[in-house]
Amino acid sequence: MGHLTTLRHPEAAARFAADVPRTHWHDQALWFMRLKRDRAAAQVPEWERLRELAQAIKAHALANLPALLEQFERNATGAGATVHWARDAGEHNRIVHRLLADRGVSRLVKSKSMLTEECGLNPYLEARGVEVVDTDLGERIVQFRGEPPSHIILPAIHVKKEEIGALFHEKLGTAAGASDPKYLTEAARGHLRQKFLAAQAGLTGVNFAVADTGAVVVCTNEGNADMGTALPPLHVACMGLEKIVPRAEDLGVFLRLLARSGTGQPITTYSTHFLGPRPGAELHIVIVDNGRSALLGRDPYRRALSCIRCGACMNTCPVFRRSGGHSYGVTVPGPIGSVLAPAVNPLAHAALPFASTLCGSCADVCPVGIDLHHQLLAWRRELAAAGHVPVVKRLALRLAAWIFASPRRYALAGRLARLALRVLPARLTTRLSGAWGRQRELPVAPAESFHERYRRTHGRA
Amino acid sequence: MAAREEILAALRRHAGPGLPRPVLDGVGARFPDLVARFTEGVAAVGGAVVRVPDRAAADAALRALPIHLEAKRVASLVAGVGAPPFDAGTVEDPHDLEGLDLAILPGELAVAENGAIWIEGASLPHHALVVIPEHLAVVVEAGAIVPDLHAAYARLDLAGRPRWGLFLAGPSKTADIEQALVIGAHGARSLTVLLVG
Repeated sequence: MGHLTTLRHPEAAARFAADVPRTHWHDQALWFMRLKRDRAAAQVPEWERLRELAQAIKAHALANLPALLEQFERNATGAGATVHWARDAGEHNRIVHRLLADRGVSRLVKSKSMLTEECGLNPYLEARGVEVVDTDLGERIVQFRGEPPSHIILPAIHVKKEEIGALFHEKLGTAAGASDPKYLTEAARGHLRQKFLAAQAGLTGVNFAVADTGAVVVCTNEGNADMGTALPPLHVACMGLEKIVPRAEDLGVFLRLLARSGTGQPITTYSTHFLGPRPGAELHIVIVDNGRSALLGRDPYRRALSCIRCGACMNTCPVFRRSGGHSYGVTVPGPIGSVLAPAVNPLAHAALPFASTLCGSCADVCPVGIDLHHQLLAWRRELAAAGHVPVVKRLALRLAAWIFASPRRYALAGRLARLALRVLPARLTTRLSGAWGRQRELPVAPAESFHERYRRTHGRA
Repeated sequence: MAAREEILAALRRHAGPGLPRPVLDGVGARFPDLVARFTEGVAAVGGAVVRVPDRAAADAALRALPIHLEAKRVASLVAGVGAPPFDAGTVEDPHDLEGLDLAILPGELAVAENGAIWIEGASLPHHALVVIPEHLAVVVEAGAIVPDLHAAYARLDLAGRPRWGLFLAGPSKTADIEQALVIGAHGARSLTVLLVG
């Protein structure tokens, strides 16, 4: 996807996990979010009913996307916005750049938009002389560091405050050694306020596009989407075409779920409904496909288009928590990203559906009820059938299937394994057990198998 | 418009059989005391509620608060509350609102469950008034509290009236540095709700 380099997840994750205290710190930080989500969900007695409704509304919206998009376009246009359509990332970037270039815009402020990350908009615009400032604090931090966000709602979750202090000391002239979050946030506020005041255009993502009103809804806690669009004369809102909800009343369901699922807040601080431009200003909405219409035709993966990007599946995923968002090498990491990415490029992202224990925790917390672990399993089958699984893994699984297919071979393999555990040195057996044995001791081999014991005590198997 | 037609054609191919619109039943929060729950809700999102019997009392209560006492530039969009009234309507360029210490905004309705208040775009000459001031006070009637967002959207009837607006829940905040909650990221550093009636 976009400008990101393709990574093999196991190697990248191993590099991340090599720093044990940091991995533990990252794991705990995300688990803290999961706990906050649990507390918030528990306070809403009809939580499960809300999830069912959210899933049903999204299923309805996906099945009626063409009509809903046309309705949205009609209403948004009627309110004074201009709607653009982009087939892919390149077309999206060209549309945004033309909007800016035609108006002589060289200073753009952005609030969070995973879509523009996916499209590689920032480097595209920067190469054409536009200063692009990400204004979400976490996004500004990773932009200063020259790296993509590692999490869709917590872009700098992988960075420690001491590192941010050193970064801000270099970039913003904060006191050397200062790492107090309040102090650093205040410095960013002052820095970004100047950027907001100087901006000639503001770009936002879109959380929800409402077909029956033509409004786009943008949710932030910092107020950066409001600040970025309230001052300059041009607002560009970029949305994936799956962001449609049919009616304004549907927002009641989604806004009750979104922030509770992501950060455990009852609602984000600013949930702004933009309908048409401000007087004297322009609102341009860019609707982007970039592989989404193709995904719509692919069961079971089409349900992944229901995602509202809350981040809950990342916070709960035992693999994400211990491998970090960057190890996935895609804009949207974690369980949902591991379903979306192979659809775009199966070969490049073949490792991602295997970056899961299939424990199903992601599906349990998903506010729109996407059956994520089933989709990951479906991808594994598909990728294996297409030969996109490493040879060693393929041969090992074929061997296992051959052994499990015959009781005699199974019994023989068990005897050999018990013998190996008894007579071979632990260093060797641990190595033979592969990645699993790297951080575990192998069990002490029992003298006999269950079958052997049964035969001995009962006389027959 | 080749892109539009191509995308819509692809979607028509893949959309599959139509599904009925789900009916939003079986949801709806109920609270025995809406004011109490809303007050808790505002506190939970980092704001504070001051309950007053009427507009005059709201004015008096606000003037006694440090956000008003220490403010040099105030913009009141609520007649009779906070002064001297700053005629924001005469400000043509929203950039000139920079440096505003306090804005007093009208809230159209309030949501008990999450402490959010609907700020109606039509009631403000500039969208920037929501984010640019150092502090915000919002005046809302106790009778305008609804239990949850479902009731709020039913009351707002957004499909009927084209307009912008937002649910505002507490002051601006961020937790992007090691998840330490910091109030006052880009927008208001505090939110005071003057609950009237």
